[in-house]
Amino acid sequence: MVDLRTTLCGIELDNPVIPASGTFGYGREFADLYDINILGTFSFKGTTKDPRFGNPTPRIAETSSGMLNAVGLQNPGVDKVISEELPALAKVFHKPVMANVSGFSVEDYVYTCGKLDEEPQVGWLEVNISCPNVHGGGMSFGTDPKAAAEVTAAVKKVTTKPVIMKLTPNVTDIVSVAKACEDAGADGISLINTLLGMRIDLKTRRPLLANTTGGLSGPAVFPVALRMVWQVAKAVDIPVVGMGGVSAAKDVIEMMMAGACAVEVGAANLVDPYACRKIIEALPSEMEKLGISSLREIIGTAC
Amino acid sequence: MKQVTLTIEQNKELAANAYEMVLRGDVSAVTRPGQFVDIRLPGRYLRRPISVCDCEPGRLTLIYKVLGEGTAEMTRMEPGTELDVLTGLGNGFDLSKAGDDPVLIGGGIGIPPLYWLAKELIKSGKTPSVVLGFNTADEMFYADEFRALGCEVTVATVDGSYGIKGYVTNAVNKRFSQYFACGPGPMLKAVHALPLPGQLSLEERMGCGFGACMGCSIKTKDGYKRVCKDGPVFDREELPW
Repeated sequence: MVDLRTTLCGIELDNPVIPASGTFGYGREFADLYDINILGTFSFKGTTKDPRFGNPTPRIAETSSGMLNAVGLQNPGVDKVISEELPALAKVFHKPVMANVSGFSVEDYVYTCGKLDEEPQVGWLEVNISCPNVHGGGMSFGTDPKAAAEVTAAVKKVTTKPVIMKLTPNVTDIVSVAKACEDAGADGISLINTLLGMRIDLKTRRPLLANTTGGLSGPAVFPVALRMVWQVAKAVDIPVVGMGGVSAAKDVIEMMMAGACAVEVGAANLVDPYACRKIIEALPSEMEKLGISSLREIIGTAC
Repeated sequence: MKQVTLTIEQNKELAANAYEMVLRGDVSAVTRPGQFVDIRLPGRYLRRPISVCDCEPGRLTLIYKVLGEGTAEMTRMEPGTELDVLTGLGNGFDLSKAGDDPVLIGGGIGIPPLYWLAKELIKSGKTPSVVLGFNTADEMFYADEFRALGCEVTVATVDGSYGIKGYVTNAVNKRFSQYFACGPGPMLKAVHALPLPGQLSLEERMGCGFGACMGCSIKTKDGYKRVCKDGPVFDREELPW
């Protein structure tokens, strides 16, 4: 028997597989398809202080081995998430959930994290300072180490739950942002959010996305994500959650060898709704093939 | 929703740029006219959502238009090819609102889902009138298939090369009990402006097709809705057009 367990900021997970925010809603659509309690946990849809419709459509474009999205943080707002989504989730998911939070000011992050801190279902706060698809918020905090540290410190003051800062790859020096978060009190780092990209419709000669640019995800970004996870894992002493283009059990293992203690799966859920279940089911045989008896033993072997 | 492997039985050109594909396999999740399927194509990352044109146990008919490289590749797929398909997506039309004298209004590649709808309405004893719109006569398909069902069919072409010259709205001249419309955005807006009760099937670029990614959201009078999961069919009264 191989051991799939891992630990994320003091909470043990049955396995390292975590559907990434924005690809799993608040769990409902997938709970209709399979028992989502088989997951390590999942990171719910990026939630903000106020409800948001998001960007105009088209919001989605295909790329080679991936996709662009510019959804723009559509969500019902934290109050409705607490009054409607979390109670609905409690019926089908019995593990701590990762609450993904976004904002447009430090006060926004503090407000939303403070509200979610009171929810016993929430195990971790994943603070998204990396959304490339909203203006005047999200990524602007994640591209500046000082601003990233400011959000981290402010959020830490209003919660006792582990705070995982989700970073953008659209920076010159990812390590400096990660270290700034660690120094400001972050309990963990997750990365990468999507890479900023663009497509043009050859017939109309105009950008394909209504937002012009969007975030690239899918297998195309895996090597970039792996490199950044490895860089950050070497530089910080707090847990790192790796993500970006993970679509198979072997990708999970590779991410863990790069230093991730848990692994988020994003775009793969959108092209195959059973992707995470298939990855979890494939992990034991993949580990046996590679002579791995426990996933914990491979974390950071490449660092 | 059900993820299944379906086998291509037939794949042929129907009219200029329109192809008909017949698939065999488990289609038990497809329950209502107006639903769609989402097909994974080899070498393409995102699935291709295509409306169901006809469905019977073990057999599904799709009509698709070549819009880009993915659908162009579909036209070259041989019978016997197996496809990974998400089936039974979307809400479908609400037949209970049809009334005594329904009309189906389809434009171009929006016509296919109305065919199975016509068959189901006829089963319930309400033979619908049918109005079909095309750019030109070369693109026309399924007018005879609707006639074979016993429907009165009116065709409009933009260039006047067949039937009425103009748009489908020029051919809707009666106080129908309910319309069921599917077609390009400008056509749906024009149909929505008609003073008749009805249902409209919308199209939007999708990510997942089953409600997870929020890629295809639209604003309705009742907040935001996902075209793939809450739609694609919306009541006229829901749309703030």
